[in-house]
Amino acid sequence: MGPSVHVGVTVNGTRYQRSVEPRLLLSDFLRHELGLTGTHVGCEHGVCGACTVLLDGDPVRSCLLFAVQADGAEVTTVEGLAPAPGELDLLQTAFRESHGLQCGFCTPGILMTMIAFLGDHPAPDESAIREALSGHLCRCTGYRHIVDAVALAATRITHGGRA
Amino acid sequence: MKPAPFEYHRPASLDEALALVAELGSDAKALAGGQSLVPAMNFRLARPGVLIDLNRIAHLAAIDELPDGGFRIGAMTRQRAVERSAAVAQRAPLLAEAMPWIAHPQIRNRGTVGGSLAHADPSAELPAVMLALDARFVARSRRGTRTIAGPEFFAGILTTALAPDELLIAVEIPAPPAGAGAAFVEVARRHGDYALVGVAAQVVLEMDGRCRAARIALLSVGDTPVLAASAMATLIGRRPDPPTIEAAARAAAERDIDPPGDIHASPAYRRHLAGVLVARALRLAVERAGKPPA
Amino acid sequence: MTQAFGARALRNEDARLLTGRAQFVDDVRLDGLLHVAFRRSEYAHARLIDVDVSAARAADGVVAVFTASDLGDYWRPGPLLVSPPPIAGLVFNTATQVPLARDKVRHVGEPIAMVVATSRYLAEDAVDQIVVDAEPLEAVVDIERALEPGAPVIHESIGSNLAAHVVQRKGDYAAARERAALVVARRFLYDRGVSAAIETRGVVAAWDTSAEQLTIWDTTQAPIPIRNGLAGMLGLLESQVRVIAPFIGGGFGPKIMMFYPEEVLVPWAAMRLGRPVKWIEDRLESFTATTQERGQVHEAELAVDQAGRILGVKDRFVHDTGAYDPYGLTIPINTQCTLLGPYRVPAYDSEFTVAFTNKTLVTPVRGAGRQHGVFVMERLLDLAARGLGLDPVEIRRRNYLAPGDFPHDHQILFQDSAPLVYDSGDYLPALEEAARMVGYDRFVREEQPRLRAAGRRVGIGIVSYVEGTGIGPYEGARVSVEPSGKIRVATGVGTQGQGHFTSFAQIVADVLGVDVADVHVLTGDTSAFHWGTGTFASRGAVVAGSACHAAATRVREKAMVLAAEQLRVDRSCLELAGGQVRVADDLARSIALGDLARRANPLRGAVRPGTEPGLEATAYFGPDRGSTASGVHAMQVEVDPETAMVKILRYIVVHDCGRVINPLIVEGQIQGGVAHGIGNAFFEQLRYDESGQLLNASFMDYLLPTASEVPAVEISHAETPSPLNPLGVKGVGEAGCIPTGAAFAQAVEHALGDPGLEILEIPLSPSRLFELTQERLTP
Repeated sequence: MGPSVHVGVTVNGTRYQRSVEPRLLLSDFLRHELGLTGTHVGCEHGVCGACTVLLDGDPVRSCLLFAVQADGAEVTTVEGLAPAPGELDLLQTAFRESHGLQCGFCTPGILMTMIAFLGDHPAPDESAIREALSGHLCRCTGYRHIVDAVALAATRITHGGRA
Repeated sequence: MKPAPFEYHRPASLDEALALVAELGSDAKALAGGQSLVPAMNFRLARPGVLIDLNRIAHLAAIDELPDGGFRIGAMTRQRAVERSAAVAQRAPLLAEAMPWIAHPQIRNRGTVGGSLAHADPSAELPAVMLALDARFVARSRRGTRTIAGPEFFAGILTTALAPDELLIAVEIPAPPAGAGAAFVEVARRHGDYALVGVAAQVVLEMDGRCRAARIALLSVGDTPVLAASAMATLIGRRPDPPTIEAAARAAAERDIDPPGDIHASPAYRRHLAGVLVARALRLAVERAGKPPA
Repeated sequence: MTQAFGARALRNEDARLLTGRAQFVDDVRLDGLLHVAFRRSEYAHARLIDVDVSAARAADGVVAVFTASDLGDYWRPGPLLVSPPPIAGLVFNTATQVPLARDKVRHVGEPIAMVVATSRYLAEDAVDQIVVDAEPLEAVVDIERALEPGAPVIHESIGSNLAAHVVQRKGDYAAARERAALVVARRFLYDRGVSAAIETRGVVAAWDTSAEQLTIWDTTQAPIPIRNGLAGMLGLLESQVRVIAPFIGGGFGPKIMMFYPEEVLVPWAAMRLGRPVKWIEDRLESFTATTQERGQVHEAELAVDQAGRILGVKDRFVHDTGAYDPYGLTIPINTQCTLLGPYRVPAYDSEFTVAFTNKTLVTPVRGAGRQHGVFVMERLLDLAARGLGLDPVEIRRRNYLAPGDFPHDHQILFQDSAPLVYDSGDYLPALEEAARMVGYDRFVREEQPRLRAAGRRVGIGIVSYVEGTGIGPYEGARVSVEPSGKIRVATGVGTQGQGHFTSFAQIVADVLGVDVADVHVLTGDTSAFHWGTGTFASRGAVVAGSACHAAATRVREKAMVLAAEQLRVDRSCLELAGGQVRVADDLARSIALGDLARRANPLRGAVRPGTEPGLEATAYFGPDRGSTASGVHAMQVEVDPETAMVKILRYIVVHDCGRVINPLIVEGQIQGGVAHGIGNAFFEQLRYDESGQLLNASFMDYLLPTASEVPAVEISHAETPSPLNPLGVKGVGEAGCIPTGAAFAQAVEHALGDPGLEILEIPLSPSRLFELTQERLTP
């Protein structure tokens, strides 16, 4: 094992300090060092999108970053979306109501991409939603109900809700 | 799929980075966006002994306008920043048009312009676009700074003209001449995939409609991005009417490339697509020539 | 209260999944957890000479390294999971997978050594230090060449690569052929893909030395058989082993395979080392170590009369089972049976051969051989229609079984060894509905000629399928009323995203008169319920759903008896609603289910003879045979004639899965199945080179369709209830992907409008489509 490096990172508003190997992937850091297992790992080569988190507000693949690269950054994971325990946020609610998930394994990554997408595109059309979604693989849903869920969330944002 | 161990350096300045590169040499690898390098490391196809993380060198991530009307993109500029840049949309619509074809937003949020160019993947969009734009590649080492033209920069498959102690620090894109029109087209299996074939084309038309200059670059047709020299020659001095465009497309497909086959496309299919896409790109570029960018 | 059965109920499980709280296998965290990585074969076929693990044993963080010789008596081939049906003259040669390769490796990715270390990173470092000395042998890759004389033999004990040979016949095909106005004969190819669940496989095991209890978290679709099998292998009582299949990130078939080498090794290592051990498959491993499907070659012919009526079908096919055949003949028999489709086929002569190859094992993947049969039959019908100048929709119309034909006995045996008898169905209305929805007549008459004149190549494919679903042997369920009035349901099937937490709750909620949200379903934990088989063959809702219904009905009976005593009225005066048992004509007199549950479990007094404590019941359901689902798919595509790229413009599914428990969930299953089918048709293909190396073992090169490639499927539900279960339901999990390839081929041909261009293979890449069109230009 090589020398370890220091990582100080804020995740979902909580500050964490750890000493880790430089090669530790951010996805493994979140899941196994911090116990935030809501972020899932599906391919470890940046294609499936299950591990997507927000890094300083932008969606990124956490399997393609070393934890040390997040030193000093703010990370948001799926655990940081709901306003309070036992509640769902607007997008999560729309996913439930539209049956936008089946096994739910790819879902956390999709939520993270879409929360940022809706921030940039409050009133997207179907093709924009599909394009934004195309960086994620889902084997269960065939995507249709995910598209419906994002469209439903967008409608509610237009009517005053907050993503 | 966990990367092999490596030594990690995070220089705070370019000078510090250049010193490390000079000292550590070929065992060291520069970490830019990491969107191609880290997957290769996770598969353990790449096992650099040392990573030099360039992400904390703030001034390498800038888009600056140049006095001659062109502009300069710092190597660590995120692809997403280029995609969203009004200056890029204005001064290099070809680059702006190509950006959304690069993978997906999550990748472009990390991926950098310099990282993609230095990786020199012949299937990537940016190398071909830079060839079509006649961009200059700015390399620096402790020995000094030099500028490299595109065709020399892309030396072979995943290989550039950069010396072991050099870093690509920026790319300079000349101002589009009056009467220029450009287009980027590609065919990929899925949205965001590497293209089966892609074409970046820029034409410059005279007031009388004749073609004064043309640059056509293809991706996914060889070991490097390829400038379609005979297709370009076919256009110069002629009106880009349908038969001329067809002739240029044929020249590109039959004379300028020797495409490889792989699991996604046979050589014959790639050659065919190259002709189709060169024609499509030229038709669009000609249509846009002389019009202000949308 | 509105009826829950049939409602678009929102899912009970979603909140946990959406907030990241749902536990998947890789989320299990235990003190002192060790991590496993495997050294796997780089060769498809080789003789092992030596495996040197000395450097790996000395590597940083390594706790143990095991090879086959370290396993002692524990090393033994896995069980044959499904015995062949009793078909006369059947030949079946068994060769099942081994925990770690000993003398020989038979496919790339076969495990050779197991490293246990303090982290997965360190385990992978140590794997790199294992030195494997092997003598490469010629690899058997092509299915047909595998059976030729002189082919290298994969299993010396068998002496050839023949895994099975099966013939099933009915009627007299030769005579039918004699009488035929037209016989079409073609060769059809279907190639391999992966199931590609986004969650890879994984196993965590912990041995509690003081309690002598083994707990295993496993991404399995069949937790109970895994528990029973592992207890036997490890010499433990079944009660000493608890298998938990928590939330599973998609199954699609391969997670039912038993027993994967890793599943056998990880619990053994945990016991031997006295520490918890975790193995999580990475995506690279998944491409060679998780079972695959779909390789078949058919030589088939169809005999029709002048009116296009089927006189008979003959089919000879070879099925690729990969390096071992633990799953028996399920897939090729599904192919053989499903080929008959919704049609009246008087004569059928079907013969298949199964070949071992040096490729990853083949076990069912969503569809499980059914799509091959559908592809062959539907393509033959299209070709016959073309030959007779008939419309493809019309030739199907003329051959459907009629509503009066059920039950329809096809006179051959199905994969569950039961006769292939269709229980119910009504095919023609589904065809007419699909044609209407896609606007077929007007498209053919007006739109297509107009589009073609404008240089656009647009076409429609319409195909049919029948799917045997919901087979035995059985499932069970225990339904309990808690003193709070909430209902617990425990059942043994695993669940991988199909919505069982909700659909089973809907079934129970109606019987007990409670809210769906108040029914808590627990599946996939052998400590909660330990009788059952698992989730496969589109059977969860049919078999376990019926068991839930039976158990809930018994609880209802108990509640009524108890309430009648408490309220001092006759049972016939009582009704159950809103969580209360009440007197129908005096609603003020009622008693809550929770109160009844408390009274059924008294702390003083005595339980009377002949009664049981608690408001609880267990029941089982085992159907004699499967129920027959069916449907019609219509697909509209546009082909870019310059680039050979295909865009799917519309996709219509009219399906019949009997009574629908939850339309939202059923639509999700169909939409997802269609996406899988589109992948199989146009995007997904495992490419092996001649030495058996997989060339596209990544999601960069193995192309799963994304939201940009899959259209929104338009769905219409038809319902012919199955008479074989009390709910009238049929399975639906696999339906979406079964006829997709056939629809795709027909639609692309229709779009191109070249009568000489025939699509006889799936998957069909644009590069291959280009090649086919070029062949037409240069005859």
